[in-house]
Amino acid sequence: MKAVDVVATAFRNAFRSRLRTSLTVLAIFIGAFTLSLTNGLGTGINRYIDDTVASVGVDDVLTVTVTDDAFPTEGPAEYDPDQIEADGPPGATTTALTDDDLETVAGVDGVLAVEPVKAITTDYVQYDGGDRYQLGVAQFVPGMRAELASGRQVDLDAPGPELVLPEGHVEPLGLGTPVDAVGRTVVLAVTDGTGTQVTTEATVVGVAEPGVLSMGGAIPNDALAGTLYDLQTTGAPAAQAARYASASVTFDASAGPEAQQALVDRLADAGYTASTLEDQLGTLTSVIDAIVLVLNGFAVIALVAAGIGIVNTLFMAVQERTREVGLMKAMGLSSTRVFSLFSIEAVVIGLVGSALGVLAAIGVGQVVGGISGNLLPDLPGLTLIAFEPVTVAVVVLGVMGIAFLAGTLPALRAARQDPISSLRYE
Amino acid sequence: MASPLLSASTLHKTYGSGPGAFEALRGLDLDIAEGESVAITGKSGSGKSTLMHLLALLDRPTSGTITLDGTDTARLSARQLNRTRNSTFGFVFQQFFLNAQASVLDNVTLPLKIAGVPRRERTSRGLAALAQLELDDKADNRANDLSGGQKQRVVIARALINRPRVIFADEPTGNLDTATGGVVEDILFDLNRSQGISLVVVTHDDDLAARCDRSVQMRDGLIAAHEGVAA
Ligand SMILES: Nc1ncnc2c1ncn2[C@@H]1O[C@H](COP(=O)(O)OP(=O)(O)OP(=O)(O)O)[C@@H](O)[C@H]1O
Ligand SMILES: [Mg+2]
Repeated sequence: MKAVDVVATAFRNAFRSRLRTSLTVLAIFIGAFTLSLTNGLGTGINRYIDDTVASVGVDDVLTVTVTDDAFPTEGPAEYDPDQIEADGPPGATTTALTDDDLETVAGVDGVLAVEPVKAITTDYVQYDGGDRYQLGVAQFVPGMRAELASGRQVDLDAPGPELVLPEGHVEPLGLGTPVDAVGRTVVLAVTDGTGTQVTTEATVVGVAEPGVLSMGGAIPNDALAGTLYDLQTTGAPAAQAARYASASVTFDASAGPEAQQALVDRLADAGYTASTLEDQLGTLTSVIDAIVLVLNGFAVIALVAAGIGIVNTLFMAVQERTREVGLMKAMGLSSTRVFSLFSIEAVVIGLVGSALGVLAAIGVGQVVGGISGNLLPDLPGLTLIAFEPVTVAVVVLGVMGIAFLAGTLPALRAARQDPISSLRYE
Repeated sequence: MASPLLSASTLHKTYGSGPGAFEALRGLDLDIAEGESVAITGKSGSGKSTLMHLLALLDRPTSGTITLDGTDTARLSARQLNRTRNSTFGFVFQQFFLNAQASVLDNVTLPLKIAGVPRRERTSRGLAALAQLELDDKADNRANDLSGGQKQRVVIARALINRPRVIFADEPTGNLDTATGGVVEDILFDLNRSQGISLVVVTHDDDLAARCDRSVQMRDGLIAAHEGVAA
């Protein structure tokens, strides 16, 4: 028998007992549906996190802080004159980096460049004498890129002050549409070290779509960030100016993860904590992975149960077709072919069930995606349930594999049948 | 005389083992020549079907040899045995062994499908075989919807589709009324005469046995009597 005939016959045989096959397909469907959905959830959330990293677009930068040895495990922390306010809950502090620290870090083998992160707090932004609005300034990491609604990214090396404005600010400021806003000049105000409010101007070169990055505020180029920081620190004691919460260290990312780890270790020896953005998000990803793994476990249990359904269905089919199998063997069909006929029939059941299950999961994913957009407006760009072609293919192939395994027992029985006793079978 | 098509010598077949063992054949000899028709008769349980299954290479004897065209069939591989049964033999059984849900044409072309013949050729040869048995108008019907006589003609069409050299028939008319059985017999003997296909027919029917060139009567696993042209 030709392979194509074997497959065609197996296909037809699978649907000879329509109700029985449908019920088995239903069981597979439920398992594949659940598995796809839990996988899709993991993919959706992890992809959102990955996109966040990608939208920042930086993989050759480490954020370096001073390792806080004094952090107490018990009792109150001792006062350190160098500590400054850190991100996090009010009152959280971190030991500041001084110019000495920056030099030390720059001297560590593997550090290409070190740039202090200058915390900038603006008072307001204003366009053409109109209403004044508060505006945050994003923590600037060299190389980061925002999703743009119009215009371009800031030019790091441009001599003039440039900034990318969050989309939400465009209308209220009276800039019209995001396209209109590009090229306009806005006024930014900061309070300097003596308590006086001073202003500077900057050109809008782009408008950022809502996203994780632009939630932090406007993105300045180096020139603007420098100007604002200088204005802000004018009149402050010199020691105050040269204290930074963290610094960005550029390294050679192409040297591989081992070299990166070695660099992190060297920095740790020198008394600094270094982490990439991925490190910071990685913890979150692994928690999500663990949850998805547990959910997948349940789905796989459902699939194994469905696999036993296939075993059952096929044993019945073999029983029913005892004479037919005997006849075909009498007419010269080899045992191998008989085995393939039944195991392919099992695979067909697995294929139909899993394909339907995956399709249904994708459909549900779309519906949920539409709803979750409304339920979770604070997480723009989040697709709660996402599907990767590879994962979908793995689910379908995996289910077909389970179906094949389930089919081997009945198929072996059919293959071993003796043609004569099958023909004598009443 | 030329060497026989099929030759069995000192065939023994024992079913089971130990105290429950049953010796269905006890050292039987039989030759079947090319183009000859042989009837195997005898009481129920005398070993007729057992003998036919061994001759048709569906089963192996406990001892003794069966040669086909002078070749000892014990030496054939499973693959060669399958190919021989597929292309050299045709089978007609008392129960029709048709796939009830499949079309008449699909039933008839099953041996060709097993042999790996492409679909187009299967269809044309299947229709030709059905035409030979005046069943071509039933090609697309489900096998289940035919009368008993029509079913047995479908079985004969299936048996001859691969142009076999021997047709083995176990009680081919057992399930048919006399008239219909007569038609089926006519078809078989016509094939025997016009195409030189050998017939090995197991039957209880003395009239059918009498129409064969030769008939052997079995008793307790041995040939008790020969009738007709002795081999
Ligand atoms: N698989 C088997 N196991 C045990 N005994 C068997 C087996 N097959 C056949 N026999 C026995 O072998 C003997 C011969 O059986 P066989 O079917 O050849 O008889 P038969 O002559 O064809 O009878 P009938 O005319 O009723 O078909 C019987 O006694 C039967 O019970
Ligand atoms: Mg019998």
